[in-house]
Amino acid sequence: MFKRKTKGEAVFDLFNNFGMLIVCFITIYPIWYVLVNAFNEGQDAMRGGIYWWPRVFSLENFEAVFQSSGIMTAMGVTVAKTVIGVVVHVLFTAMVAYAFSRRGLIFGKFYILMGTVTLFFGGGLIPTYLLIRDLNMLDSFMVYIIPAMFSFFDLIIFMTFFRDIPDGLEEAARIDGANDWSIFFRVVLPVSMPVVATIALFHGVYQWNDYFTGVIYINNADLQPIQTYLYKVVAQSSSNQMMAQVPGGVAKTVTSQSIKLATMVVTTLPIVFVYPFLQRYFVKGMMIGSIKG
Amino acid sequence: MQNTPQAGALPDISIDPAAKPGPSPEDKRQARKQWLKKLYSQRHLQIMALLGVAWMFVFNYIPMYGIIIAFKEFNIIKSISEAPWVGLDHFREFFSNDDFAVVMKNTLGISLLKLFIGFPLPIIFALFLNEVRSVRYKRTIQTISYLPHFLSWVILGGILITWLSDVGVINKLLLTLNLINEPITYLAEPQYFWGIVIASDIWKELGWSAIIYLAAIASVSPEMYEAATIDGAGRFQKMWYITLPSIKATISILFILAIGGVLNSNFDQILVLRNPLNESASNVIDIFVYHTGLQNGRYSYAQAVALFKSVIAIILLLIANRVTKKLNDTSLF
Repeated sequence: MFKRKTKGEAVFDLFNNFGMLIVCFITIYPIWYVLVNAFNEGQDAMRGGIYWWPRVFSLENFEAVFQSSGIMTAMGVTVAKTVIGVVVHVLFTAMVAYAFSRRGLIFGKFYILMGTVTLFFGGGLIPTYLLIRDLNMLDSFMVYIIPAMFSFFDLIIFMTFFRDIPDGLEEAARIDGANDWSIFFRVVLPVSMPVVATIALFHGVYQWNDYFTGVIYINNADLQPIQTYLYKVVAQSSSNQMMAQVPGGVAKTVTSQSIKLATMVVTTLPIVFVYPFLQRYFVKGMMIGSIKG
Repeated sequence: MQNTPQAGALPDISIDPAAKPGPSPEDKRQARKQWLKKLYSQRHLQIMALLGVAWMFVFNYIPMYGIIIAFKEFNIIKSISEAPWVGLDHFREFFSNDDFAVVMKNTLGISLLKLFIGFPLPIIFALFLNEVRSVRYKRTIQTISYLPHFLSWVILGGILITWLSDVGVINKLLLTLNLINEPITYLAEPQYFWGIVIASDIWKELGWSAIIYLAAIASVSPEMYEAATIDGAGRFQKMWYITLPSIKATISILFILAIGGVLNSNFDQILVLRNPLNESASNVIDIFVYHTGLQNGRYSYAQAVALFKSVIAIILLLIANRVTKKLNDTSLF
């Protein structure tokens, strides 16, 4: 539609665009601040005043991070729990969702009711802790995987998608003699990649960012993920422990603060990298979820 | 591929005894046979479904049963069923304890501030973002605005703790601007804690929470705006009289959900930002439950507090649902 901007409109646009610019700046700047300080020499950074660009550029903080056995072990745990957690969560939740989504499933309504109840009621922290303890999952890697392998909320998103798959695909496979397992793995999953990616990315972010599981269920330092490690450093100010693990060779200019920032950057980077891919899917996933939820 | 003749397409026979006039025992047996046949034909599906059901039973329903320890004196060496009943003792203890007032004040204070400031801001942000003309600029802003949502509270807490320390960026800025005369260690002073929690929560979630409103706004018919333009409506008038009423339903639903979650004062966030110095402002129900229950081992007492919280949350949800239903015919259930 053709229209000419009035003076008032132009002023509005100017202020609005400017306001948005400020919002963006406030959002992004604290992250930028961590980045430039992590790339600055630690001793020098103690003087402060590094706001836009590293003053004395240095990779020593990152060297220290990568040589610290504690940090690397924790990174390994995080990578392992994220990869294994995502695969198990997606396959298991999708499989149950496939079964629940079939028309004519005997007891199907009851199963779905049983799941819906869990959206509104739960045991909470203490009973869950007692359960995990009774299952002998304290101080075990499995505590990251098994209690997180299923989510009824994600199941609803899968189910919504599976119901829209044309029946013809499944029937063709059935005529070829496929049973439900092979239909699920060879027909349903491959055509559901958009929703699989959505759930995988969401769960991946959850697994990557979750620190609390490590705080309450894990005592063994070799089993704690990087977020739990950082939590202990950040919230309980035990940065000295961080320094203690840095081998003598590199630690000349590195400070506990600079190594902390570098660890934060290393921990955040993977999220920032998957973010563009994430973005393509999550809006849709969130919409489905919110309509149903 | 191992296969049985029955395992072909799911037989689409719905068993409806009422449809047959007066089912004889023979018919019943027939129906039963059919039902078993159908069950057998979908046995693979049933196995898949039951695996999920079993998981839900263990990880959702057993903890629900565990709630009863709130009425018992649970001891970690014995099982839940062996623990002696104590009735409402734990609840009485909590209500008569000094902690009760502090914990309630902090939980409600932080939650209500979040509700009254944190809830409308994403709506306002979405309304104004929608007015940005350049599609590319709009998309860029959106992308940037929801980045913090994907970072963990540990990272954001780390940034905050650095910024708010006595030598941090905030103090430097305020000192330069002569707004303060000497540095303040913000996280050590209880009076700043609520503000820090609210501001950082808004910072993290503003863009993300706006997504759903933007999606709702995108579905408003452009004809309405055109008609309004012809009638001489300005940008603010269009926002107020067209956009806002069009997304009223979305706002109501999210408001009900927000009320239901009012007592969830964002555990992840507060656990990172709290410290012994700001405890009088940072001790909220969830933190209290974590400390008394898991750290001090008073499982039953902590569970009573948690249960109290859940009950209040459900009542609030029902009230909010009722009110919004009356006001504008939208409700969650």
